[in-house]
Amino acid sequence: MTSPLFPHRHLLGIAGLQPHEILYLLDEAEQWVTLNRSLTKHDDRLAGLTQINAFFENSTRTLLSFEIAGKRLGADVVNMHAATSSVKKGETLIDTAITLNAMRADVIVIRHASSGAVALIADKVDCPVLNAGDGRHEHPTQALLDALTIRRRKGNFQGLKVAICGDVLHSRVARSNILTLTSLAADVRIVAPATLMPPAIEQMGVTAFTDMDEGIADADVVMMLRLQTERMEGGFVPSLREYHALYGLTYERLKRAKPDALVMHPGPMNRGVEIASDVADDVNRSVIAEQVEMGVAVRMACLDVLTRGRRGMA
Amino acid sequence: MSKMIAITNARLVPTPFVSSAVETRPSTSLGTNGVLILEGDRIASVGSDIPPGAEILDAKGAHVAPGIVDLGVFSVDKRACIAGGITRIALMPDQKPVLDEPGIVQRAALAAKPDLWVHPLAAATRGLAGAELGEYAMMRKAGAKAVSTGRGWVADSGVMHKVLTYAASLGLTVISHAEDAGLVGGAVATASETSTRLGLASAPAEAEALAIARDLMLAELTGATLHFRKVTTAKGLDLVRGAKAKGMAVTCGISPTHLFLSEVAINDFRTFARLSPPLRTEADRRACIEAVRDGTIDVICSAHDPRGPEVKRLPFADADPGAAGAETLLALSLGLVRDGVVSMTRLFELLALNPSRLLGVDSGRLEAGAPADLVFFDPESPWQIDAAKFAGQAGNTPFDKLPVQGRVLKTMKGGRDLS
Repeated sequence: MTSPLFPHRHLLGIAGLQPHEILYLLDEAEQWVTLNRSLTKHDDRLAGLTQINAFFENSTRTLLSFEIAGKRLGADVVNMHAATSSVKKGETLIDTAITLNAMRADVIVIRHASSGAVALIADKVDCPVLNAGDGRHEHPTQALLDALTIRRRKGNFQGLKVAICGDVLHSRVARSNILTLTSLAADVRIVAPATLMPPAIEQMGVTAFTDMDEGIADADVVMMLRLQTERMEGGFVPSLREYHALYGLTYERLKRAKPDALVMHPGPMNRGVEIASDVADDVNRSVIAEQVEMGVAVRMACLDVLTRGRRGMA
Repeated sequence: MSKMIAITNARLVPTPFVSSAVETRPSTSLGTNGVLILEGDRIASVGSDIPPGAEILDAKGAHVAPGIVDLGVFSVDKRACIAGGITRIALMPDQKPVLDEPGIVQRAALAAKPDLWVHPLAAATRGLAGAELGEYAMMRKAGAKAVSTGRGWVADSGVMHKVLTYAASLGLTVISHAEDAGLVGGAVATASETSTRLGLASAPAEAEALAIARDLMLAELTGATLHFRKVTTAKGLDLVRGAKAKGMAVTCGISPTHLFLSEVAINDFRTFARLSPPLRTEADRRACIEAVRDGTIDVICSAHDPRGPEVKRLPFADADPGAAGAETLLALSLGLVRDGVVSMTRLFELLALNPSRLLGVDSGRLEAGAPADLVFFDPESPWQIDAAKFAGQAGNTPFDKLPVQGRVLKTMKGGRDLS
């Protein structure tokens, strides 16, 4: 049973969502922004429901954000870390899914290192599943929190110039953001070294640049991506200093964007690599802390909306 | 005197006198009331009078063709082969243990007697590690019919040079897997919009042509006979076409997966469509069909690789590549005849005669003296592919639920009905 306003059992990705469904989730998140800013940050609508955060890949921030989101809605939240789970003992993903299901979870939040892994689990369980990041595929709540941050600052998305910069090839954040922002009619530019540019990326409705100065020219939003330092071993970039020289966001480079351009980063940041510390810490330009705040609100909205069917509210 | 069987009322798929590379004319020459006389395990004569005392086997109008010779399968799956009309398989060296020792080759050659001919392919390098030459001569004596690089490419050109030189001196064909390993890296898909949207590691389709170009250069240098097990891209096929035009002893094959599916089949992370080489773009798929039509492609094989859920019910990149293909090979290939790409005669050159020649085995023809390895089939009979009903070891087919036409009615090996 699903809500007519959001007729999806799971949130596996932004692909497959209609623009009005994306906006609905953002609208729903607004009330949680307000609640989270009040002294008593609590609501009981998920009371009695069990939320399992099954993280097969290490994460601190996203896991914490989902845990806080669930607890503020009154759910019983438990975390399963891959490092301490039977996954290390060779249990298959499907068996783990069946186990979680047998424990009668009411909503499962999953992060996994392989693209498509979350959908595979979702297929085997009876409760709603939220994708907290699968491989390089999607990270829908990150894109939603980014969209909420942008909307609160810029009002709407129509024609907004958003430059997504960095390791796009390996980034699920980039993919979900491209889908969200193009769906909401923003003008999305991709800036990446040619070695980290995904094949046929322009077919996702974006303009691709290998020159960062060109790519962020006149941008309303400059969204930086984390450079996984292990990519160095794959030989995708010659050195961190060369990467910083060409793709690091410095004040000098930021001058190419609009004077009021927002600086965003999904975190955790590599200061001095993809972003200069002074830019990251500039409260007048950087909305990085606000993104984290919006993350909790968006995740509360998603948990609420997806469990309405179970709560007889569809 | 051996038992004689007279197969009557058969539509015999004729064997061409000389294999013509280009034949687009749909076959009209199928005899309607063909008679095939078997004596013991051989064909005694075609289209002659029924000798007295012969047992009559009424084919009831079924097509009768040489049993399929499947070049390059990964598992000895007797039941799948019998269901698919396959009477001989060339077994890939990628077994446990690897087919790189005469004793192992000999065991493999005997594995399916008496129901299926198994022709082992000798590992080009020990352990398929791409470094040291295998004992080709001793393995041939033990039953190996050709040399194969297995699932992988021999990355070291110096090693491949020796493989081709040595195999050429022994008159053995080398069967190569054409994907440049360096360019492929950890890729599980062809670089395209689909792989980008799915967030799957991908490699340019040119990885194939790159590998073919090198191997062709080395084959020309050494005079080796070279077969590419699967060529799946327009650029790769162009290189093979050019080499053939130069008169080189090069052939290539393909399987129905790459003729009838493109990379969009991996949408929704369908691991049954995770193949090696990966599925290609629609333009490449069409180029493959054209290459079947113009004779560039010499062999259609199943690449049968039955895989259970333990290696398929996984996230896409973690799943093993490969598809079960033996039971659907004929039905899917018959689509090429219906679409006018090849004649029925030509189809059986691709499925039986050419692979036989490549392996140096006497089969693939409906002629007096040939082994009585036969497939009886109805090319029109419609059915729906149902993985759950496969006779073989596993049902990992990307064609599940596809309606097809053409049903195997009977498989005979050495005059014995195996169905």
